[in-house]
Amino acid sequence: MTTATGLLGPVTALAWREIVRFLRERHRVFGALAQPLLTWALLAAGLRGSFRLPSAPDGMSYGTYFFPGTLALIVLFTAIFSTISLIEDRREGFLQGVIAAPIPRASIAAGKVLGGASLAFAQAILVLPLAPIAGIRLTPSVVLTMLPAIAWIAVTLTAFSFCIAWRMESTQGFHAIMTVLLMPLWLLSGALFPASGAAPWLRVVMAINPLTYGVAILRRCLDPGSTAAVAGLPGTLPSWVVMIVFGIASCSLAAVLARSPGRNP
Amino acid sequence: MSPLMATAILTEALRRDYGTRPALRDVNLEVREGEMFGILGPNGGGKTTLFRILATLLRPHGGRASIFGRDVVAQARDVRRALGVVFQAPALDRHLTVRENLQIHGRLYGLDSATRRTAAAELLERFGIADRASERAGRLSGGLQRRVEIAKGLLHRPRLLLLDEPSTGLDPAMRRDLWALLRGLRDAAGVTVVLTTHFIEEAEGCDRIAILDGGRIVACGPPAELRRDVGGDVIVIRTTDPAPAAAEIERRFGGPVSVVDGTIRLERPGGHLLIPPIVEALQDRIESITLGRPTLVDVFIRRTGRRFEDGSTA
Repeated sequence: MTTATGLLGPVTALAWREIVRFLRERHRVFGALAQPLLTWALLAAGLRGSFRLPSAPDGMSYGTYFFPGTLALIVLFTAIFSTISLIEDRREGFLQGVIAAPIPRASIAAGKVLGGASLAFAQAILVLPLAPIAGIRLTPSVVLTMLPAIAWIAVTLTAFSFCIAWRMESTQGFHAIMTVLLMPLWLLSGALFPASGAAPWLRVVMAINPLTYGVAILRRCLDPGSTAAVAGLPGTLPSWVVMIVFGIASCSLAAVLARSPGRNP
Repeated sequence: MSPLMATAILTEALRRDYGTRPALRDVNLEVREGEMFGILGPNGGGKTTLFRILATLLRPHGGRASIFGRDVVAQARDVRRALGVVFQAPALDRHLTVRENLQIHGRLYGLDSATRRTAAAELLERFGIADRASERAGRLSGGLQRRVEIAKGLLHRPRLLLLDEPSTGLDPAMRRDLWALLRGLRDAAGVTVVLTTHFIEEAEGCDRIAILDGGRIVACGPPAELRRDVGGDVIVIRTTDPAPAAAEIERRFGGPVSVVDGTIRLERPGGHLLIPPIVEALQDRIESITLGRPTLVDVFIRRTGRRFEDGSTA
């Protein structure tokens, strides 16, 4: 029973549950999708005349610049909402039943990450066709490079978020962490503004932030030709290296953390 | 059946501490296969700690526990497969339907889809919840949720069903239903049923019980046998001045006479013969005097010197 199929059963069962739950909780669909889109629309309209990248071509609007960041935000929000349900699972008792089942504890993490990442991936892909509205041309090659990029960022952020939520006992606690850690992770990833124009100390923070590299991958995928928006961005290869390390580290930590069930599972 | 087969649960010198406070001390317990076994005790007595160790959710700090000969720590995976665990707070996903909850559980226990379907349908039918299968679990009453939870615990055909305070939150009618159902399981399917409870009346319905207080087993055996050990009848007297009155009774009628929580207690064979002279002796200092057959409450008092905080009075 410890064969690959024996492992896959519980993982896919738990992932399937994530997806069913998500679709039944309408406010989650709204929160993870509508809020980033609204943010994008409002910032794009509001900053249209004020924001200009140094040496950007005339056609480059804030809406264009902000679009990859919006995708990253959708992925991040979905990851957060999926893993925050871990706290409810614990409080409502569902988790104790899973922990008492004859499955490796790591499969609890794997199921949550697979389910949450699938949702995040699906939501971001749903929004991708709106790219032309932001002034971004979608070619088949753009879409093809976007798929693995979004998928990996989704896995990484869901696993990262899982690590934070696993030991949390209240959603309030998670919200606090979200405000001081997860939102700045996104704010300082180049999603909202480029590092090139930021204060030197902030540029250092942005260079350390692993999500900077995730957003850089998305930006390069969506804008393969232009140099303006990508000026000062890390290259595709180093970005992928950083994201793969960050992703594997997050997944491994999630698997290790899941081994100890925490208080009152 | 070999003697080894007949042992469902065996614990030896089991110990668990919370910080410096011992939650379980030197617990030795044997539950035989096919038994309906109750772990009775007041809240904080160590019942849930023992439940969690047996369910492989908590590691003991000393001693060992095995289920059907498998160690709960070293062979946790095997133990989990043999166990159906029913938690005090139902481990259901409120947003999923009853059937979906059972499906997930079946997949976690590695059942193939055909087995899952037939086993789920059969259990839902048996527990009278087949018509609610497509409803979300969160919409069911507490009693029905408990049934779904038990159905879930039985889906993978465990040899032992372990329940933590299964009567909590159920009204008396639902409690009776639950008991009929558990007895049926034991009788029809030979499932060993082990449950924790703080209801005296519930413990009376078990084949054997262990009374757990302060982390120790203070009594273990069939309820009738334990009651018999108390000896004779139990006389309980409420007076305005328990201590001097108890001393007086002891002087005039012989000991032992104890004072538990402000009431005088004595256990005597032929207690009814003793009542008139006691009433005569204490006269109007007596507020009430009762004579009864010993109950598990008396067993508890006899073994611990304290009154049992029964679930129905707490």
